[in-house]
Amino acid sequence: MSAPSIDAPRTPQGGRRTRQRSNFELYSWLFMRISGLVLVFLVLGHLFIMNILDGGVQRINFAFVAGRWASPFWQAWDLTMLWLAMLHGTNGMRTIINDYAERDQTRFWLKMLLYVSAAFIILLGTLVIFTFDPNIG
Amino acid sequence: MATTTPVGTLYRGGEGMWTWVLHRVTGVAVFFFLFVHVLDTALVRVSPEAYDLVIATYKTPIVNLLEVGLVGAVLYHALNGLRVILVDFWSRGPRYQRQMTWVIAGVWLVVMIPGTYYMMIHTVEALFGSTP
Repeated sequence: MSAPSIDAPRTPQGGRRTRQRSNFELYSWLFMRISGLVLVFLVLGHLFIMNILDGGVQRINFAFVAGRWASPFWQAWDLTMLWLAMLHGTNGMRTIINDYAERDQTRFWLKMLLYVSAAFIILLGTLVIFTFDPNIG
Repeated sequence: MATTTPVGTLYRGGEGMWTWVLHRVTGVAVFFFLFVHVLDTALVRVSPEAYDLVIATYKTPIVNLLEVGLVGAVLYHALNGLRVILVDFWSRGPRYQRQMTWVIAGVWLVVMIPGTYYMMIHTVEALFGSTP
């Protein structure tokens, strides 16, 4: 087996790349950095409050959640965190699938599974935040 | 048998490659936890009892230890993400990427040592008893 050759950057690929030019990967790259910056504050703040502050996880129960979600501030915090974290994570998983799944079919179905399950989790989480009822049960 | 020429890869090891590997591993782990975490939180829509029951597992010693691992993974991913942003957007980022690796390792330790203490203190006292 001979060593694979690597073309110089911007070498024309026989028209393959000129067929459709989309900036999707550029925006995806930018989104990872912007959402990542916001998530540093939202997620580390969340982990600090939930796991370290004031007794940490030991004090969490239904009443604790009801107290927090009585405030629109924490509802907005959790909703933003849910959407950004899921989109950031899903886009990261998409990159990893593209990197390691070599067969076209495998790549396609893994990504379909990823998108369907991510959409389900985002919608479920959104529904839970908006329809939370402290007097349930 | 083994060829000494690296074939089919541009990666040659070093801090830059291992921070990247760890970034992927922690990212995937946190993503799978996020799925579980949204599902367990969704139990607040079922009943307070169902939610409190599943949250009780988060307070057990083994899961408590896993939480320390989760926080460590998220913290590494956050710090290294900031390093990646600096490498991409700061003109001197690429030149200082190695130094930044040691800075984030230091910050990680400085946060994780007291963090682990506060996360584990209740579990340690419950397991080994505390002086009244």
